[in-house]
Amino acid sequence: MTPSTVYIGCGAGFSGDRLDAAIPVVNTLTKKQGPKYLIFETLAERTLALAQKQKQQDPNHGYSPFLEDYLRPILKTCAGSGIKIVSNFGAANPIGAAKKISEIAAQLDCKNLKIAIILGDDLLNVFSSDEIRNHPTIEGLEINDQEIIAANAYLGARPIAEALRLGADIVVVGRCTDPALVLGPLINEFGWTENDWQHLAQGTMAGHLLECGAQVTGAYFADPGYKDVPNLAEVGFPIAEIKDDGSIIITKADETGGIVSEQTVKEQLLYEIHDPANYYTADVILDISKVSVEQIAANRVRVSGANGKPYPSTLKATVSINGGWMGEAEMTYAGPNALARAKLAIDVLKKRCQNLKTNYPIRFDILGTVSVHSGDIGPDNYDSFGIDGDYRVRIASKGQDKKIVERINQEMLSLYCSGPAGGGGFRQHLTDQIHTASILVDRDKVATKIEFI
Amino acid sequence: MTKPDLIVTRLHQVAHARAGDKGNRSNISLIPYNPNLYSLLKEQVTESRVLALFSHKGATKVTRYELPNLPAFNFVLDDALEGGVNSALNLDQHGKSLSSLLLTMDVKVPNDLISR
Repeated sequence: MTPSTVYIGCGAGFSGDRLDAAIPVVNTLTKKQGPKYLIFETLAERTLALAQKQKQQDPNHGYSPFLEDYLRPILKTCAGSGIKIVSNFGAANPIGAAKKISEIAAQLDCKNLKIAIILGDDLLNVFSSDEIRNHPTIEGLEINDQEIIAANAYLGARPIAEALRLGADIVVVGRCTDPALVLGPLINEFGWTENDWQHLAQGTMAGHLLECGAQVTGAYFADPGYKDVPNLAEVGFPIAEIKDDGSIIITKADETGGIVSEQTVKEQLLYEIHDPANYYTADVILDISKVSVEQIAANRVRVSGANGKPYPSTLKATVSINGGWMGEAEMTYAGPNALARAKLAIDVLKKRCQNLKTNYPIRFDILGTVSVHSGDIGPDNYDSFGIDGDYRVRIASKGQDKKIVERINQEMLSLYCSGPAGGGGFRQHLTDQIHTASILVDRDKVATKIEFI
Repeated sequence: MTKPDLIVTRLHQVAHARAGDKGNRSNISLIPYNPNLYSLLKEQVTESRVLALFSHKGATKVTRYELPNLPAFNFVLDDALEGGVNSALNLDQHGKSLSSLLLTMDVKVPNDLISR
């Protein structure tokens, strides 16, 4: 029988999100009548490449590093209350993630949990590296002559729905579209068919609103005096209530901070969207250009008006390649005439870096004046603030040769004894860079497989 | 009836915004607190003004999408992210703070429509 309402909560909006956020979501879901799901979205564009590197070093790793932190507090309650869990925390190693979940479940005495793994996103199992390089990248990035660390297609919601139909309590995916984590459960519950574009569009929109966790419930939103948010420290993560007709209500976990308002929903609706009439996913092309939002009660917002068009013939995939090294180094100047000393430090650094005769891009910032809003090499002048203050000089550079990047960082370190008066608090980072590019692959070439453990 | 006074103010007083990134493209939503400001913002927050505001960051093109039902705008800025999250030397590699840069733009609005 088709349920009247499906409840889907979100416990994480990125890899590294609040570790205890799912607990109030699960406690709220347990009080609902009807099918209940919990999703975790933990896989940004480059997260998978990092995971792939971890897997190369240890074949038992390469899934979300926070998997256990997210699941352990809520797994037993979910199992006891029939809350099904769907997540892309499999990253580069969905099988490893499923084994780990099975281990945690045994420790918590959760019996007979069916854990499904969706395979098929890893294109290195389908294409040779050369075949992948033959696909033009959407960004125009050159990926020739570079080792491909990872190449994964964004799978759609259908395999997730099928795994749930086969009785999965937990579905572990690697790369899939973020909204598929929500659309999969809805297809399973409501039986929406492959060309039911209107419903698929509404379900995809619900997924888009949930996929970033608290970004729809007042987080990444607060601006004191303009957009005030109660108790941001305990911001409640979202729950969507979706009906068979595709209607969506966005709300949040009970007894939490945060706010669900027309404003919070509008901001998240447009987050990371380009053309609102053509948001491409594996399941449907979503059109949100006619969407309306309506506050129907405190912390309850109805979202309606999504339209859908047939899905494209290709799937998007992210290809990750080695991108050399990035160096960053910082030093602080504070108190009287601090800005003058910080500017002198920049002057010294620029001259020292000229002596290195490198063509690597180098950026010079003074944090506390203007930095993130300035152009690619830093601002033309640093005079936006007064002279006294607390200024942090920053240098950043990048290139293939680690030694040169290290050498540029060293120029900052040497300011301790060879730079302006009173510099302190040196810190540096050297980061192994991964570049990503997007390609489009024929969807018929990507075969998905469901396994249970 | 007298017309309300027009005053020059920053967008931050009359609208809110959120920035997101995909590759070297930034998208920034712009949502008026008062829906009645939509048409005024449509006249004043043009693609060319936004491009001028972000040109020092390397932006090459700005496309404005209109969502009259919300009401809101979505600005898509090409090449504004120093190559994108994986290669930018900017401290804010995602360009998440760029929503605040958009909100520094001056607009001329009737006094009585400034409300949150």
